[in-house]
Amino acid sequence: MAGIVNHKRRGATVKSQRGSDEPAWVRWLLITLGLAFVGIFLVLPLVNVFVQAFQMGLGFYVKSLLEADTVHAIKLTLLITCITVPLNTIFGMAAAWCIAKFDFKGKAFLITLIDLPFAVSPVVAGLMFVVWFGRQGIFGGWLEEHDIKIIFAVPGMVLATTFITFPFVARELIPVMQATGTEQEQAALTLGASGWQTFWHVTLPSSKWGVIYGVILCNARAMGEFGAVSVVSGSIAGSTETIPLRVDKLFHSASMAAGVSAFAVASLLAVLALITLVIKSYLEWRTERDHALAQEATGEVGN
Amino acid sequence: MFRKSNALPGFKRTLGFTLFYLGLLVILPAGGMIFRVVQLGWGGFWHNATSARALASYELSFGASFFAAAVNAVFGTILAWVLVRYHFPFKRLVDALVDVPFALPTAVAGLTLANMFSPNGWLGQFLEPWGIKAAYSRLGVVIALTFVSLPFMVRTIQPVLEQMERETEEAAATLGAGRLRTFFTVVLPTLMPTVMTGFALSFARALGEYGSVIFISSNMEYKTEITPLVIITYLEQYEYAAAMSIAVVMLFISLAMLAAINLLERWAGRFQS
Amino acid sequence: MSIVVRNIGKQFGDVVAAKDVNFEIREGELVALLGPSGGGKTTVLRMIAGLEMPSEGDIIIRGQRVNDVPVQKRNIGFVFQNYALFKTMSVAKNIAFGLKIKKWSKADIESRVAELLELLELRGLEKRYPHQLSGGQRQRVAIARALAPKPSVLLLDEPFGAVDAKIRQELREWLTRLHHDLNVTTLFVTHDQEEAMEVSNRIVIIAKGRLEQIGTPREVYEQPKNEFVARFIGVMNVVEAEVKNGMGRVGEMEFPLVNVPDGPARLGFRPYAVQISSDLTQFRYRAVLRRTFFLGIMLRVEVELASGLIIRARMTKEEYATLGLRDELEVSMQIRQYRLLATDGTSLAPEVPVSYQLPPHIAEGI
Repeated sequence: MAGIVNHKRRGATVKSQRGSDEPAWVRWLLITLGLAFVGIFLVLPLVNVFVQAFQMGLGFYVKSLLEADTVHAIKLTLLITCITVPLNTIFGMAAAWCIAKFDFKGKAFLITLIDLPFAVSPVVAGLMFVVWFGRQGIFGGWLEEHDIKIIFAVPGMVLATTFITFPFVARELIPVMQATGTEQEQAALTLGASGWQTFWHVTLPSSKWGVIYGVILCNARAMGEFGAVSVVSGSIAGSTETIPLRVDKLFHSASMAAGVSAFAVASLLAVLALITLVIKSYLEWRTERDHALAQEATGEVGN
Repeated sequence: MFRKSNALPGFKRTLGFTLFYLGLLVILPAGGMIFRVVQLGWGGFWHNATSARALASYELSFGASFFAAAVNAVFGTILAWVLVRYHFPFKRLVDALVDVPFALPTAVAGLTLANMFSPNGWLGQFLEPWGIKAAYSRLGVVIALTFVSLPFMVRTIQPVLEQMERETEEAAATLGAGRLRTFFTVVLPTLMPTVMTGFALSFARALGEYGSVIFISSNMEYKTEITPLVIITYLEQYEYAAAMSIAVVMLFISLAMLAAINLLERWAGRFQS
Repeated sequence: MSIVVRNIGKQFGDVVAAKDVNFEIREGELVALLGPSGGGKTTVLRMIAGLEMPSEGDIIIRGQRVNDVPVQKRNIGFVFQNYALFKTMSVAKNIAFGLKIKKWSKADIESRVAELLELLELRGLEKRYPHQLSGGQRQRVAIARALAPKPSVLLLDEPFGAVDAKIRQELREWLTRLHHDLNVTTLFVTHDQEEAMEVSNRIVIIAKGRLEQIGTPREVYEQPKNEFVARFIGVMNVVEAEVKNGMGRVGEMEFPLVNVPDGPARLGFRPYAVQISSDLTQFRYRAVLRRTFFLGIMLRVEVELASGLIIRARMTKEEYATLGLRDELEVSMQIRQYRLLATDGTSLAPEVPVSYQLPPHIAEGI
């Protein structure tokens, strides 16, 4: 499932009026079809979030966001993200190091295992933790005796979110680390550097954009995760409600105002998505430019 | 090819940590659930996994995911083609927008799609006179699933199209093949395995999707209830056995999809040296 | 001894990359590890560096057995084939890296970096990044980085492989000069015999993971130990002869062979050992000059004997002109010296000068 998050390591797009191009009307038909699809399916929904959110004016919008339960949901989401993302970043670096820099048996299996959260339904993921830590779960009795709450509490939500988002950094870093090879690290070793020194001074700087890219995606998913979290959280307002769960709660309440509030809260996540996309595009533009520069440089050598 | 060197340090430590992390987060939880289902015995599992309600949900989940992946196969390919081969204004922006479903939390996607396709929504109002009910119907499920799985299709095809040598098409042209013929005899056969990989990725993503669907679907038993929702419903009713049995079915389908995708990717890459 | 390699062997799974390799390198020598691609020479170099662990045997650097010493502690300088410059660091930072690791003081690092920039003619480039350098400059930065921590030996893997022909020539001369100035023990891997001959004091020839011969360029050229070395170093004509009563015959040519049993035998001779004249009476055999190849100051010609055998010969431009040679001209020819090649290709008999031939007067070129 490598194609899911790591894509677009693109070279320069070469296009001109080639003799083998399609006739103009075909080109324009295809462009129109593609753009119409993007417009209706991707742009409109995004615009709609903001239009609906401000439907009852700016005052109501602000009021919706400042509601106590919503503020709590925002705080909880940030808390979960602050635990999950660093954990998964460390995991991603460790996994990428052993997978990209070494050959060993079972590597393909390990990569597939890392891909698992991409393929497994978030609901199933959430349920797996309920099976262990829920009231009737394997550890349920023991946890209850010791008065430890995992399910319907923050620890369970952290676990579920960590599960859903752990592949992102690893998946971004593996191809980047593979592409740089191991020669620079070997060179550092011959110059006397220890493993840590090699990692900090050589590996990390040359793959830092990959790390950032992975962290951005991981962060977006962690803040927006719904399915897995809703299974383990119990959605108790003011206690175990994250932003997406809050949106769900507001949407399903009967009042018209709550519906608008749902959009107001949702607009926060939409903004997050937009920021993610901007950073993502910037990083891609950067890697593309670096790549082009490097190619230009090697081109000059031949002269 | 570069030589993998065993002189680099840290292999045991990082692999150890990776396995520990995966063990704690994946193997143990999945194992626990499978263990519990095994405890149920085959009869209990089969009874739960094939209840009428579960079967109805499989039909909807598989059918809608298949439709969504099929729509993406067509439009996603067109979109990828247009983005790679043609020049037009705001191309970069359009390219970035393809990732919207990837970046937008599913709950938000479901919320806004439900609103748009409701009978008085931006798009629903045009469908209403034709007697087409988009939101709160099976069509709504397909719409949501198409939305969430679109980037998987486009982003799978794009790099392959970019690396495709224009020269082979030009060679076909110099040999007298028309553009359409070139497309069907040269481009499509090369692209097909990739389209299938994209299809499988979209399908896998759609199958597990929960957040966006529950907003746009009416979530009615036997009619518009997807499998993940059935699991949650059973869980909320404390019917753990039923929830776990169906979840294990989903888990194994996910594993099968992963295996299929790996094979497809290998197959798609078989012409590359 | 600077480096001693004793009975070294390396296996990758079922593949034997090196076996029973033995050689010694003296302090201050410049030695080439020469062999065909994939022959195990890079593996040997990497084992000396500590980047690869030998499956058997010992590696001794300056009297210390270093098998169990990790690469970081071996005090070697290694120049990678593709340089492996740190892409995210400037030229100066690249060179300073090893010194920082070894905790040199800031002032010492600065002066050492300046010294190396000067020595490797990199002044003015210190702020550039690897992608802003030409191939030759990258190569020199890689060498500067390796030399900075004052290694006891300098190891280079195909140092001139990644640059084009013209720069390669400059770099060769330049490495020779650098070695002369610094006198650091240097071992480099190459698959190019000309490069090995030109640059090194001694050549270690390795093929299929085994040591074939060690010697000065002149030794390996003039006294190759076996057919592989003979054919790998320079060009050699090889013919299949039939021996009867101490005389080997190939078509109309006769080669006296003392103490050789009757039966088939392989004979080899260098192109420079073939003498050609436009005077048809000067040499014993008649042939037709078929093709002439201009290789700069030297020429290679192919002559065809009446029996159809094609022989390669070598001469200077002046000789060619003096003799008035041209393609399709009938010439007379003779083979001044030749050697018997063992049929299994492992050992060689000494060369046999032809008895009835005038003493050689042509300077021996490569």
